Order: sequence, then C-alpha cells, then structure tokens
Amino acid sequence: MNKVVLRVDGLRKVFQRGGFLLQKGKANVAVHDMSFGLHAGKTLAIVGESGSGKSTTARLAMRLLDADAGEIYWGDTPVMRLSAGNLRQHRQRIQMVFQDPFASLNPKMKIVDTVGEGLRVHQPALSAAQRAEKVKETLQLCGLGDEALQRYPHQFSGGQRQRIGIARALIVEPEILVLDEPVSALDVSVQAQILNLLKDLQQKKGLAYLFISHDLSVVQHIADDVLVMFAGHVVESGSVGDVFSAPKHPYTQSLLDARPINHPNERKTALEIKADEGVAEDGCVFALRCPFVQADCASFDMQQTHGCACLHPLSQG
Amino acid sequence: MNWLKQNPLMLTGAAIVALVSFIAIFAPWLAPYDPNHIVIRDMLLPPSPAHWCGTDTLGRDVFSRLLYGARISLLVGFVAVGIALVIGTILGAIAGYNSGLWDNVIMRWTDMVLCFPTFFLILAVIAFLEPSIWNIMIIIGLTSWMGVSRLVRAEFLSLREREFVLAARSIGTPPLRLIWSYLLPNALGPLIVSAVLGIAGAVLIESGLSFLGLGVQPPTASWGNMLTEGKDNIQIAWWLSVYPGLAILITVLGYNLLGEGLRDIFDPRLER
Repeated sequence: MNKVVLRVDGLRKVFQRGGFLLQKGKANVAVHDMSFGLHAGKTLAIVGESGSGKSTTARLAMRLLDADAGEIYWGDTPVMRLSAGNLRQHRQRIQMVFQDPFASLNPKMKIVDTVGEGLRVHQPALSAAQRAEKVKETLQLCGLGDEALQRYPHQFSGGQRQRIGIARALIVEPEILVLDEPVSALDVSVQAQILNLLKDLQQKKGLAYLFISHDLSVVQHIADDVLVMFAGHVVESGSVGDVFSAPKHPYTQSLLDARPINHPNERKTALEIKADEGVAEDGCVFALRCPFVQADCASFDMQQTHGCACLHPLSQG
Repeated sequence: MNWLKQNPLMLTGAAIVALVSFIAIFAPWLAPYDPNHIVIRDMLLPPSPAHWCGTDTLGRDVFSRLLYGARISLLVGFVAVGIALVIGTILGAIAGYNSGLWDNVIMRWTDMVLCFPTFFLILAVIAFLEPSIWNIMIIIGLTSWMGVSRLVRAEFLSLREREFVLAARSIGTPPLRLIWSYLLPNALGPLIVSAVLGIAGAVLIESGLSFLGLGVQPPTASWGNMLTEGKDNIQIAWWLSVYPGLAILITVLGYNLLGEGLRDIFDPRLER
C-alpha cells in the first residue's frame, strides 16, 4: 500500500452567523466530523451539492481556514497547531489549484512572478535568472510556451490561465495537490485537456490529488476513491467503481440520477427526492428530502457502516 | 484612450489640472512682475494691458501673485494629501489585513477622529502653533487620512478573500509581501481617485485658513490671503477678490472633475 500523504481526523468547522457583542449568532456546521486519508499517487474526489462543505474541506486541509476540532497531517506532520512561520515551511508539501481561473491570478503581476512566487518563498537562494529558468520549465510541463513569462493574466484564455495556476502549484514540487473544482469554469473541450494534463502530471510526479467537484462524469474519469458529502457530513465513501455502480445512500443515487443522459433515446429512471427541503436539525440530515425516510431516521447519529451513513441503505442489484 | 473621448468633463478637468500644474512649476518664468515688488504709485490700478488683473493696495501685480499663489496651493495640496495617503494606507492596511482586535481598535479610532469638525480642529491647533505653510500642510494631512484608511480597509477586506490572495497565502507568501505585491496594487485605482479628490479638499482648506489669516502669512502670495485683502476693498477694487476667487474655483473644479472621471473608470461595476 502506498503511504498516506494527507490524513484528516475528526475535522469540524463551524461558521458563526450574525451575533453582536457577547451574544452569539446562529451556528452553521459546515464540516462535521470528517476523516479521510489520501495515498501517494492516488486521487480522492469529494462530491456533493453547493453548500455541502466540499470547498470548506479543501480550505481546511490547506489550512487556509482554521478548523474548530480535529487534526490534519501533511505526511507525518500534524499541522493544526503549527505557528505561522513553521506552517510556511511546510506549505510546499501541499498546494492548491483554484476554481475560477480569472480570479486566481494576480492581475497586476507578470506570469513569471506569479508562478515564481513559491520559489521566492521556499528557495530564496535562487537568483532571478535561475527562478525564471525554473518557471519556464514548469510552464512547459503544463503545456505553455516561453512567451508566457513576461505577460499578464488578462492576455490568456481560461484554459491557459488554469495551466498557469497548475504551474504555480507545481513549482514547489508538492506531494499533494488540492484541486477545488479545477475545470468547472472551463468549456467542455478545455476541461478534457486540463483533466488529461492532470492525469499526465500525476503519473510523472506521483502526485496525490484531493479533487473537489460536483461533476460526477469528471470524477468518474479522474478519481480512484470518492467521498459523497451532504450538509457537512460524509454520507457515502468508497472506490469510484463501487460507489458509482452500486450506490448505497439514497443521496448518492440521486446525484447519479442527476447526470445528463448520453443519448436522447435513453430514458432515465430518476429517484424522486424532494428538492430544497433543507436540512434536518436532529437525526439523519437527509431525512427531509429522502424518499425512503422512516421513523427511526429521526434519531440516527450519521455514523457510517460499510462506507455508508444510512439506516436503510439501498438494496444491492 | 477611448474613455477620454467618452468623458469630456474629465478631459476638461485633466486640462485644468495640467494647466494649473504648469503655472505652478513655471511661475517665475511666466510672471510679468516680481509678485512682492511694491510700487505705491501704481496701487489699486484696474485691469489693463500692463497689469492683466490689476494691482493691489501696495501696487503689486495681481496676475503675478496669482501665478505664485498656484505654487502654494498645489504644494499644500500635494504634501497634505501625501501625508494623509501614507497614514491612511498604513492604518487601513493593518486594519484590513488583520481582522479582529487591530481592525476594531483602528477603525474605532478612525471613527473618533472623524467626529471632530476638521476645520475647527485645525483652527484650534493653529492657535497654538505658529501659522506657517509647513505647519498647515502637516495639520491638513494629519486630519484628512480617515477617508483613505476606511477605503484601504474596505478594499483589503474584499481583496483578501479573492482566490489569487488565497493562492499566495497557500504558497506561504509572507504578510508584508502579500500586502505590498498582492493587495496594494489591486487597491490602487480607488486610492488614486481619493487622492485627486483629496487635493481639491486640501486646496480649499488652505484657502480658507489663509483667508482667516491663520494660513500662509503675507507677504507670501496665496489665493486665500489675497481674498482677505480683496474683501477689505471690494467696493472700490473688485479685481482683488474676483481673480483669486476664480483661481480657487477653477482649480478645485478641475481636480474634482478629474477625480470623478477617474472614479467612473475605476468603478468595478463599470468594468468590461
């Protein structure tokens, strides 16, 4: 078995809304007791609808946000309580590619400086010329030419910008890449190019990917394992093959049913879930929307058994 | 360059600003007379080809004094706004970058300073200090940074959550570099607008103080103290009040038009 490069244990994040002076506002649990491990060279996908906590999980794992409870390990190093200075030293092990290629590059900085930023921080001994050379190599790896170096972000297309974003993350030679919906802002044809680039890079460098997405077709294409999130809880987890062919949780089934069909003559038999019913306060968080809800669901504690957090999992076959 | 054509008012403002700056820089070469040369024989002459804007109670050429007055006004405007920009940017950057305690401390302090009526605060301070052009500049600067600090804080708060800043943070860019290379350059547009508008405000304050005799002291020519002199003779020599008044009006108008035009350009809602 490959070694675990990223491990998350009992992670919890609560956002406080409103509140004034000493009075506390309404608590909003974005991530609820999350645990997973990511192996070197593998891709773990986190899927779920908007607001299910996938991006928050990514930012917690990056320590761009501070979790309220739990522990995060980059390799063997627990990073939750590292000081700002120590944390900076370790940051080159885990890097992130962002969703919006138009917002993720500093508009006032040349590409050579944007991509070279990681070297400036982690290899301060390099001269500007050495840095530019390394930037050039990394851009080439990501499919961009030398002419990109002296340009500004607005001179590039969305796909090219995403390549720049990938180069910026790769230049410090991380072990883990957190990809927060890296292709959802791109055209379908460009999506394929970027996904293939990511796959190539993974093979060449043995990178581990934490892949956040709401697009199940993309996940099926790139991921090895998958976590399905709903309202801050992991409701189902397992290998992509198992989860996609035989989903156990009704929510997973409904996500799979929501995929567009491939041919107009195909008919789909979608599971009827109640949309926009919100999240239950007690018991199973999915109870309000679940078609199979039963009386005991109201006291369910969301514990997973066999990779599924449901009292009445879908029957197999 | 398209925006210039689309906004003729801004073009007017820019032209006025350029003209006044030109006059301020080249006053010694443009002025037909020494602004402080007293010729009692020629006192209170009305405008004529020899004295375009007439002469004052001491026979000094009003036109030459106006040209030199532009120097004072702009110098005060630029230096005061420079001081306000430095203080406001530093405080705003600290508040906007570190939300929490420092943000609260700095912004409440800003609110407090905003509560003082600026002009009277300046009058009170001047009462203790010797009124000189340097004191004026420093005091105007020290009392007009609040707008800048609020602006910088607001810009930083929104920029801080942008993905390119998160990307830099996740790479480990140290805070000072983050502020200097990522946040500040992207907050520059609104900052320039507020600086340009601030110059107009500073010019007005300086004129007001000099008019009250608490600003630039005679015999140094300033538009404000020229107005004071004009006020005493307004029934017999209108040119002593009208020309300095017009100079203040046009200069302030020019900076305001330019500032408003720049604001339209930098307004993110109008982008693309």
